[in-house]
Amino acid sequence: MRRRSPIATITRREAVLGLAAVGLFDRAAMAADTETIAFDGLYKSFGVLGFEFSDRVTALRGKAVRMVGYMAPPLKPESHFFVLTREPLAICPFCQSDADWPVDIVVVFMKNETAMVSAGRKVVVTGRLEIGSATDAETGFVSQIRIADAGFSLA
Amino acid sequence: MRAYHWLAAILAAGVAGGSAAAQTIYPIDRAEILEGSRFDFKVEFPNAPTSADVNVTINGKPAAEVLGRPTNFIQSEEGQKHSALWLRGASLPAGRYVVEATQGDNKATVNWDVFATAQPRRAKNVILFIGDGMSVANRTAARILSKGWKEGKYDGELAMDDMPNMALISTSGTDSIVTDSANSASAYTTGHKSCVNALGIYCAKNALTLDHPKVETISEIIKRHRTGMAIGVVTNSEIEDATPASMIAHTRRRSDYNDIVKMFFDVKPDVIMGGGSPNFLPKSTPGTKRTDDLDFIAKFKEAGYTLATTKTEMNAAVTGGAKKLLGLYNTSNIDGAFDLRLAKKGSIAKFPDQPDVVEQTKAAIEMLKGAEDGFFLMVESARIDKYSHSLDWERSVFDTIMLDNAVKVAKDFAGERNDTLIIVVPDHAHAVSIIGTYDDDRPGQLLRDKLGTYADSVPPNYGPRDADGYPTKVDTSRRLAVVYGSYPDTCDTGRPAMDGERVPAVKGPDGKTNIANEKDCTGPLATRKTGNLPFDANSGVHSADDVILTAMGPGAEKFRGHKPNTYVFRVMAEALALGGK
Ligand SMILES: [Zn+2]
Repeated sequence: MRRRSPIATITRREAVLGLAAVGLFDRAAMAADTETIAFDGLYKSFGVLGFEFSDRVTALRGKAVRMVGYMAPPLKPESHFFVLTREPLAICPFCQSDADWPVDIVVVFMKNETAMVSAGRKVVVTGRLEIGSATDAETGFVSQIRIADAGFSLA
Repeated sequence: MRAYHWLAAILAAGVAGGSAAAQTIYPIDRAEILEGSRFDFKVEFPNAPTSADVNVTINGKPAAEVLGRPTNFIQSEEGQKHSALWLRGASLPAGRYVVEATQGDNKATVNWDVFATAQPRRAKNVILFIGDGMSVANRTAARILSKGWKEGKYDGELAMDDMPNMALISTSGTDSIVTDSANSASAYTTGHKSCVNALGIYCAKNALTLDHPKVETISEIIKRHRTGMAIGVVTNSEIEDATPASMIAHTRRRSDYNDIVKMFFDVKPDVIMGGGSPNFLPKSTPGTKRTDDLDFIAKFKEAGYTLATTKTEMNAAVTGGAKKLLGLYNTSNIDGAFDLRLAKKGSIAKFPDQPDVVEQTKAAIEMLKGAEDGFFLMVESARIDKYSHSLDWERSVFDTIMLDNAVKVAKDFAGERNDTLIIVVPDHAHAVSIIGTYDDDRPGQLLRDKLGTYADSVPPNYGPRDADGYPTKVDTSRRLAVVYGSYPDTCDTGRPAMDGERVPAVKGPDGKTNIANEKDCTGPLATRKTGNLPFDANSGVHSADDVILTAMGPGAEKFRGHKPNTYVFRVMAEALALGGK
């Protein structure tokens, strides 16, 4: 899937407005039929040679889901997406790299540009579940599970 | 280094001022090059001159004549504002070489020492232990925790302490005082200094990370002219990470993990063990990090490797007589000794059957020792460094004890054979020190009240040690006070992090500044510390402090006094007599 070039010069005011809009989106989504998924329920097997998605996740493919996790530091500050992780991340610039994400991450593609919150804060993400290997055309980032057309609010 | 060239050019030409940058020659000035080893010769000329405007000589003769092959001149390389003269895969007989690159009135000069190695070969085997980020305080704390301390003396020495030879090693790279693990490990495996994030190359102006001028690694040298000699690479980090990658890789960017896996396959060390399986899996496999369809698990199997994904499979491979092993035990780093033994946090639940570095070392030696022409084994205890980044000193020291137990395995193997050179060396230091002990019985409510210094630094009361020398209880009432000299905004709990590796800081809402991880800011002794690092730092940083190398076996006597990190390569190459065609 192709992502539009993100807005590099997003102002603080626009960012705050974006966050408010996402809050609204999230409340709207919560009213609908939204299933909650958790990091522990993503895979039924998890091994050195690969994973298998859980039956529930497979069944929810394409449906609206809600998920709680930590917002990881962005790959690029102006990125249109962020990475949701099980635990808050500390990334060491000299001993780790982009290649070093935990494997059970969920990539979140935002519906709107949104201000980051602290990586130590939990967020609730709502959006449409996508599964299967996909490479982001813009960054080359490979992901297995994505939440698309997403919004988030603070947990 | 570039400034040095510029100064040399001015002195040689007797002119001052004017020129902004001089031509740059790779390998750089004062390079020590193993006789017959391969290196890419490159000269960069500023302002994109034509070949008619430049001249390059080695010992006064045309470079191509001395190197025995034609050089390749590229005007305005990659469309950039420099021209380049190349000869990839050059090699030279022993001797002193003066390389001069002239461009108009500017002359740049470098000196190379191409060294021979004495015959006969003195060591059949070399085992190089790298304690990533292992500072002196790591060794001291490991000795206190694993051997015990009474009335000013230790109840025993570490295996790495009890070795006859020692040297102080400096670790800087070509571009910076403080190194990272890529260019510091690369100095050990190639004998050439490099720059931050780089492996097996000199950092030139090339845009593509894989195009920079390469220098040969010790694995490649051995594979090229010692067909009967085996190579092992063992780590508890991801196998693509800097230190293990330094055995085989040539890249300007250490995070080129997918390329590094391919380079492992190209060089084919006989035993390869670590974490980091996702970069071996084709992109169609859930859990992969590859961006192509290459299946390196299948490729290694086709090339005759046994695959092990657990300790049980590793041991079965040894019992089954495997000589080529690909062991991948975790999708990320293998868990450290603190979690494997005590806390059971990290990824233990997901990967309950991971070998530790000691068990890996045992298995690797067992598989390699049958090689007719000896073996070269590199073993890294990687998380000593990673845990120091997260200011988690207990985990860092447990992994120092683990490294020491692995050294003991190697010493037991070497025994009385006198044919195995064993080296134990960190790749760089962290700013870490033991300043006393925390004693919960001291009056007061704050962490500082609990700190006893000097006369009040009473001995700690860690729980009894298990058979492998690890304390069985660390969250005790009297604990070592270990402090880090570099830190982001953080909260110090003054206690071990039993519920998982410490995360000292997290990204703030501006996406750049890191702030204290509030998780550590509550609790009886928790102390908020304003960071002393730049605001974008999220963890402790390496330090430029020298590190301690200890060694034994044939060739080890050359380690004395103070040496640069590239000297470690030279001693290994000399012990194995790797010089010559
Ligand atoms: Zn490090």
